Amino acid sequence: MSDTPVQTSATVLTVRQVGDYHALTAVAPGVAERFRPGQFVALAVGGEHTSRLVRRCLAVHEVKSDYGGTVEMVFAVREPGTRWLAGLRSRDRLDVVGPLGRPFRLPRDPVGCLLVGGGPGAAGLFALADTLRRRGCQVHFVLAGATSRQVFGSRMAQRIGDSATVVTEDGSLGEKATLREALPRVLEETGSDVVYGCGPTSLLRTVARIAADFGVPSQVSVEEFLQETGACGIGVCMTCVLPFHGDDGVTRMVRACAEGPVLRGDRVRWGDLGTIPFDALGAPRVLHVADRAREEAQ
Amino acid sequence: MTREPERRGGAWSDQRGAGKASDRMSDRMSDRMRTRLGDLELPNPILTASGCGGTGRELAQFTDLSRLGAFVTTSVMAQPRAGRPTPRMVETPAGLLTAMGLPGPGIDTFLERDLPWLTEQGVRTIVSLAGNTVEEFGELARRLRGVPGVAAIEVNVACPNVEDRGRMFAWHPRASAAVVRAVRANSRVPVIAKLAPDVTDIVTIALACVDAGADALTLINTMVGMAIDTDTLRPALAGVSGGLSGPAVRPVAVRCVYQVHAALPTTPIIGVGGVATGLDALEFVLAGASAVAVGTTLFHDPSAGTRILRELEDALAARRLTLADAVGLAHKPAGYVPPQVRPEEPVPGETKENLP
Repeated sequence: MSDTPVQTSATVLTVRQVGDYHALTAVAPGVAERFRPGQFVALAVGGEHTSRLVRRCLAVHEVKSDYGGTVEMVFAVREPGTRWLAGLRSRDRLDVVGPLGRPFRLPRDPVGCLLVGGGPGAAGLFALADTLRRRGCQVHFVLAGATSRQVFGSRMAQRIGDSATVVTEDGSLGEKATLREALPRVLEETGSDVVYGCGPTSLLRTVARIAADFGVPSQVSVEEFLQETGACGIGVCMTCVLPFHGDDGVTRMVRACAEGPVLRGDRVRWGDLGTIPFDALGAPRVLHVADRAREEAQ
Repeated sequence: MTREPERRGGAWSDQRGAGKASDRMSDRMSDRMRTRLGDLELPNPILTASGCGGTGRELAQFTDLSRLGAFVTTSVMAQPRAGRPTPRMVETPAGLLTAMGLPGPGIDTFLERDLPWLTEQGVRTIVSLAGNTVEEFGELARRLRGVPGVAAIEVNVACPNVEDRGRMFAWHPRASAAVVRAVRANSRVPVIAKLAPDVTDIVTIALACVDAGADALTLINTMVGMAIDTDTLRPALAGVSGGLSGPAVRPVAVRCVYQVHAALPTTPIIGVGGVATGLDALEFVLAGASAVAVGTTLFHDPSAGTRILRELEDALAARRLTLADAVGLAHKPAGYVPPQVRPEEPVPGETKENLP
């Protein structure tokens, strides 16, 4: 099996609505056989003569071996590109590039894992759950959303997880609580050794912080950030960068698509997202005194 | 990633390519596509546009870069540079608006990590340079002197001049010429100047650059544009305005190539701007471009380079033209028949396109 992604014309199998989201299944054997949990696909939208040049980067929900290999993506309709995807029908063609990005790192030993998801991004955790279970790990889920319609996969989580906690802001499903309230409790109850996260940036930030408070490593997939900022998905456009604290102590602007989407939660500088921190490598330097003097003289 | 080289234009390549088995390119690509940029000879005219091919490694997963005419690197600067904050990109009708702020690893890392890899892969590499001052351009060119694997230097004059309140070199003929002269003086490889289109008269800038020693010109860089997010009620880009690229700018780019080729018919031009198909590339060639670079399309379709190359070769075959004959053909009066039209009929079924 090769590590290199493929570009392929996939055939759409189904598009169905799941709560507030859509799930798109397409036949793409080349992508399915290479896929590892945490990776994503980049979809061209608008058909052959499209005027939309940006690829939509979506987490993969699951891959199956039916029809030679299928991939399923779950997404929210946020803009015309995802609306076009939601309007696809069976047998339509879809240009797919994938699987892309670095997958979730897996624990060597059978340890307890807590998987935290929110929004359509929660879909990115289920392939991981499968793999972890096959390795003998305990799998606990926490799924969060504003309402019940914005919680993806709660039933599946209950079925395959050793435990599953659902929190909604309005209490329409599971507990009425925020993730910040529920996560420390679940982390304590399950005694998990590692935390995985996938979904909205604000959720990942909470996950990373609470995991750090408990001294537990966290691996988060910046799926939503990539979807909002990425243009190519393969690492050439340099638009999806975020500040990341490297092993050598230097902050670099790393690409969410190529160095991510799975990153160490404690290394992402969440508070500085959308900025270039002054201490990042290659950050705009403060004017030197000499420059200032020259400016004043002019 | 080894893919069988496609056997296109079979009749041509069978006759010609057989002789030189040692040259990897010649048995894949017929002489029909050969082109020149000053002293630089290329087996075909399709390049990647600066800033759109990453380090090369990313695209190499999808396409064989050594099959392209050349790979143009992202602009290399003296120091590592983080660029602008996100959002750096917004999608516009048939285009992309980007405000990147010239991110890059700096010349040291480039020479240590990126260029050797490209050379190893047998990729002809045109190094794009960007500097804050004229001296910096000269210094960068000096660093590249004698470095193996540099086929040519592209001077990105569409970057802010720190000594001129951050206004672009490309906006002024004298500033553009000064940069080209600094690079020319420090370099032995062909020097190509890449110009910005949003100037009063691009021909004046082009003339100034050629007078200063540019061997070729790249037309065009992105156009300055802006988009406002109607949800946040704020500019959509962190950098407020950005560079517009993609098919939306193609007519502007074709116009620039046509105007400059009319004024400077002997100066080779690399046409850039929204090339998405072989016919788009042919349009640039007819306007006067000796080579065509694919930019934003690579974000959308990472294998576009080799596809466009194939499509352009088919399009030329269907018109019984060689690339060299087609360059600037649109400048000829109506009814003009190019003298080099080949007597051979194309093999039936060889060409995909049916001409009227």
